[in-house]
Amino acid sequence: MISVESRRAFFLFLALFAGLLLVWQLSTASAPERSPYGIPQGNAEYQMLMGHAPGTTQTREGFPGPARFVASALQALHAPFHNNGPSDRGIGWQVGASLLRVAIGYGLAVVVAVPLGFLIGLRPVIRRAVDPFIQILRPISPLAWMPLALYTIRNAEGCGIFVIFICSLWPIVLNTAFGVGSVRREWLNVARTLEVGWARRVLFVLLPAAAPTIITGMRIGLGIAWLAIVAAEMLVGSSGIGYFVWNQWNNLSLSNVLLAVLLIGFTGMVLDGALAALQRSVTYAE
Amino acid sequence: MSGFSFLRPPRATLLQCAPAVPAGAVCGCGAVHAPPARIGRRAVLGALAAGTVLGSLPSPLRAAVPAGPLERADVTIGFVPISCAAPLIMAEAQGFFIQEGLRVQLQKTANWALVRDRLLDGHLNASHLLSPMPLALSLGLGGNAPHAVRVASMQNLNGQAITLALRHHDRRDPRQWKGMTFAIPFEFSMHNLLLRAYLARHGLDPDHDVTLRVTAPPDMVANLRAGNIDGFLGPEPFNQRAVIEEVGFIHILTAEIWDGHPCCAFGMTAAFMDASPNTAAALQRAMIRAADFMQQPDNRAQAARIMAQPRYLNQPELVIRQSLTGHYADGLGVVRDNPRRAAYSPYPYPSMAVWIMSQFERWGYLKGPVDYRDVAQQVFLIDTVRQQAQAMNLPQPADGGNNWPSFNIMGQHFDPDHPSFFNQG
Repeated sequence: MISVESRRAFFLFLALFAGLLLVWQLSTASAPERSPYGIPQGNAEYQMLMGHAPGTTQTREGFPGPARFVASALQALHAPFHNNGPSDRGIGWQVGASLLRVAIGYGLAVVVAVPLGFLIGLRPVIRRAVDPFIQILRPISPLAWMPLALYTIRNAEGCGIFVIFICSLWPIVLNTAFGVGSVRREWLNVARTLEVGWARRVLFVLLPAAAPTIITGMRIGLGIAWLAIVAAEMLVGSSGIGYFVWNQWNNLSLSNVLLAVLLIGFTGMVLDGALAALQRSVTYAE
Repeated sequence: MSGFSFLRPPRATLLQCAPAVPAGAVCGCGAVHAPPARIGRRAVLGALAAGTVLGSLPSPLRAAVPAGPLERADVTIGFVPISCAAPLIMAEAQGFFIQEGLRVQLQKTANWALVRDRLLDGHLNASHLLSPMPLALSLGLGGNAPHAVRVASMQNLNGQAITLALRHHDRRDPRQWKGMTFAIPFEFSMHNLLLRAYLARHGLDPDHDVTLRVTAPPDMVANLRAGNIDGFLGPEPFNQRAVIEEVGFIHILTAEIWDGHPCCAFGMTAAFMDASPNTAAALQRAMIRAADFMQQPDNRAQAARIMAQPRYLNQPELVIRQSLTGHYADGLGVVRDNPRRAAYSPYPYPSMAVWIMSQFERWGYLKGPVDYRDVAQQVFLIDTVRQQAQAMNLPQPADGGNNWPSFNIMGQHFDPDHPSFFNQG
């Protein structure tokens, strides 16, 4: 039985969505503004060249309304995995390419950040020593790293991966350190009394106890990684969803840019949902 | 205004230089290598002036066209999605590369800084370049060390325009443009140099009377609509695109500023040409054939259809066709015809390079003396283009074999022997 609360929330969601569509429709319904010097009537040749002749496709797009957006989105999603060489791949390939980059850069970040976080969380001396570095490096925008990365790495692919790595690293380090540092002393004392070895203590006491906090850090890191990759690909990409946005913007095709924007949001939501599920599976009640 | 924020140091390993080239001496890659200690900019320029950097290079394509089996068949070539890339696109689409036994992968690249970086680091074996770029790179302008880059053929002539926002429809005299902001695609571009020469010819100081802003072409159209810029000298099809979007009008075609000006080039690093001379020659042949294909007026409509595809320009065919055929709407209600709007000729005349370098000097990009003729001859490989075109029985240009023609630019004479006279005029 669905609760009254969630039914209400659902109807409110529908109302908001309908309102959004209505505003979108109304704000794009009027024809795009005409140039005051454009299209003299009676000059058929000029009209044809401006894309206004009957029977020619309208070249000038303007901001698409909901109906036109859905039509062009269906067209783009019709063959998401078409492949006509590296410069013309379907949107599915582009999302895949971005996900692959994120997987590599983010995977590396997790591999580095979790042990580092353990070290910092367990040794207050180390925490205090590295804290200034982390505090300075943490707020740097991913794109601010781009010039340095391009200069030193000299490889567009490597740059994208580095940018993801460097910006998803810090939240994972900080959360891991915090989680490990706030494990209850009693549990560690019990482990010590039972003469549990160092490796077992980390794996079977600290890791499960700190897991929910670590995964919170990983969720934040993944969110940042997904933000960063799109921007990085717009600058240096030859594939990926960021490249898709650039390529469609090159054609001033706002429908496709809008489609990509929504797809970026949707993919980010799915990624976050996956980690949220992982988080639920490691959460424990004390 | 610097387009060179992501520059790199010289990469001796990629350029395949001998490990122990003495400082200041000439290496096979065409660059003077810095000694472990810093080599001053002065010293490099001094060496350039003495003609030691580029002058005594054994360039495989300079003397004779090599004939032999391809060193490599797989070649990655970069391009920027603008109409200037037409010969490169046609060389792929019409099979000119395949006829040479080359398997070419065209790599669409987002901006000129990236083209430069990827060419120098070897991800691209050859690339579509703005014709001032090989000169700037070979001279080491913009803060980077010299990298020898060669123009194996010219891609296109003319083919740009100055587009103004519609609200300036009654300000057609450049003398009224003081305080305006114009977009250009790259610092080392014909767009920048031509716009500066045009403004200077009409009494404006391009460094102080107007603002020039490096902007990607699609952003030029969007900024014109938003009113952030007053106009741009940009590549096609974006001038025509601004017209069809009803945000701008074509003030003047660059064909009307300097008919026959070079625009984009097809280039490779000297290191690649030295390592793969037969492949380089095959690429050059395909590009010469493609330029000849594009120069035929009958092929332009077909080219527009091909270039409109998503994998190439990803632009409406109607827009590309107008910029290629020169039968176009000007944005102010008039249909105009100028068959010279876009022209294609593979011959990289060294006197063009002299004009470009004299403009580098004029606007302060190049400091210190440079032997223009010597550098021009090293970078613009016209002799091999002539030989290859002749061997393929393609029509020869009506220049009487003169590699150093002078030019008529805005009614002003440019003599490559006296380049500074032009700048005073």
